[in-house]
Amino acid sequence: MEQGWIAGFVDSLLSTVVDVVPIAAVLFVFQVVVLRGKIPRLRRVVIGFVYVILGLALFLIGLEKALFPLGRLMAQQLTDPAFIGTVGDIVRWQDYGWVYVFAAAIGFATTVAEPSLIAVSLKAREVSGGTISAWGLRLAVAVGVSASIALGAFRIVTGTPLYIYMIVGYLVVIGQTLTAPKTIIPLAYDSGGVTTSTVTVPLVTALGLGLASTIPGRSPLIDGFGLIALASLFPMITVMAYVQIGDWLARHRRGKAGDGPDAENDGKETR
Amino acid sequence: MRFEPKLGERPAAVLQPILGLGRLCLQSLRDLLPIVLVVAFFQIAVLQQPFPNLAEIVIGLGVVTLGLTLFIRGLEMGVFPLGETMAQAFARQGVLWALLAFAFALGFGTTVAEPALIAVSEEAARVAATAGAVADDDAARASYATGLRLTVALSVGAALVIGVFRILKGWPIQWFIIGGYVVVVALTGFAPEDIVGIAYDSGGVTTSTVTVPLVTALGVGLATVLRGRNPMIDGFGLIAFASLTPIIFVLVYGMVI
Repeated sequence: MEQGWIAGFVDSLLSTVVDVVPIAAVLFVFQVVVLRGKIPRLRRVVIGFVYVILGLALFLIGLEKALFPLGRLMAQQLTDPAFIGTVGDIVRWQDYGWVYVFAAAIGFATTVAEPSLIAVSLKAREVSGGTISAWGLRLAVAVGVSASIALGAFRIVTGTPLYIYMIVGYLVVIGQTLTAPKTIIPLAYDSGGVTTSTVTVPLVTALGLGLASTIPGRSPLIDGFGLIALASLFPMITVMAYVQIGDWLARHRRGKAGDGPDAENDGKETR
Repeated sequence: MRFEPKLGERPAAVLQPILGLGRLCLQSLRDLLPIVLVVAFFQIAVLQQPFPNLAEIVIGLGVVTLGLTLFIRGLEMGVFPLGETMAQAFARQGVLWALLAFAFALGFGTTVAEPALIAVSEEAARVAATAGAVADDDAARASYATGLRLTVALSVGAALVIGVFRILKGWPIQWFIIGGYVVVVALTGFAPEDIVGIAYDSGGVTTSTVTVPLVTALGVGLATVLRGRNPMIDGFGLIAFASLTPIIFVLVYGMVI
């Protein structure tokens, strides 16, 4: 197993470096050729990038060794007709209760650990001066992903077409966009795109493919896809809802107490 | 921000970074806790199976925690400051084409080599071959996959150009994104059925874990230095563009090829 770890680490380090090289090249060329300025604290910046590469590589190899195999196995076992208790070719969506619970739980949990979401939420807290808490934003996104994966699993089980869910989701997003505070809209749109990367995709894809390949009449190629799409759509809804509900509560409280102290930021550093 | 020890004395200067890192590690551990709980619950309570090689899982968790901690620390030391510095430098220089060229290069360059995208485009080539859209041999599939990959990389480059231009002009983002969705819905009606799921998913795979923080820092940095721009309203949104345009481009690609 020792060898597996080291070889795995080298692999994930290499793929992270390959990921970062084009970025570094673009930054370098533009910095040297176009901007020609000096980068302040260059040493620190370089060390920071080394930390990012090393950190991501460790993160990925740890997940690959410890959690992903178990998660994938779980997705397989939970979708196995023997576990579900399917009789013949008859699929009843009610039989898949644990699948939905697992989908929701794993969607939530992987989103909380998603590094790019952590990055955006840190920026959001900084820019908003703390009125948007990093932790709150991440929870709102995680709730969105959680709902979307559960619904996506339901969609695969029932075999309803993806576009219906997408179009209804878009309509809700449009409705919220018209009514939500202007400052949250770009951030909400962004959180749709950041939810699904390093941690969420491998586990969620395993679940989707597991479902699509065990249910009679579903094709892994057509029905296995689409979970990620829903997971990019729902967080927009929940992030806007998070702010809308917060606003509504604040107004409600203000209505009762007569004044409106901003109790959001209690000075505690959360991420 | 600083770590304040409760017991009177401050730790030696050497200890400070270590303590700070330790505290960050605890935060990372908290971020990973939900996954551990979910996996443990399903393993023990639902599937009722023992944990295979528990030691390896515990070591793996330690490695993941350390990795996440280093990543966050690196973001704050390197990626965020660099993104902001460059945004300021571009704003000071005031050469529009240079900024837009940078945005395009960043979007295209970071996407074209993205492993997740490579996987998805190969998958898409297989789907297209099964559906009979392209010939079912290695060469045809490879050229289809490469074409798709370049298409998506172009679309992300274009997304960042449009997104940066929007920040400069201060146009409201919703017109672009909602307009984009209307286009997506309309195209869905015409695109071959097999490509739709892949197209929708491609929006999610384009933005890698290193690109997201950098692009966010760039957008927010630009909106901070430009007069009359609000970083909350104008600074965010680049990622949203980068997640939307690939859907449109892939749907079109599926229709044309």
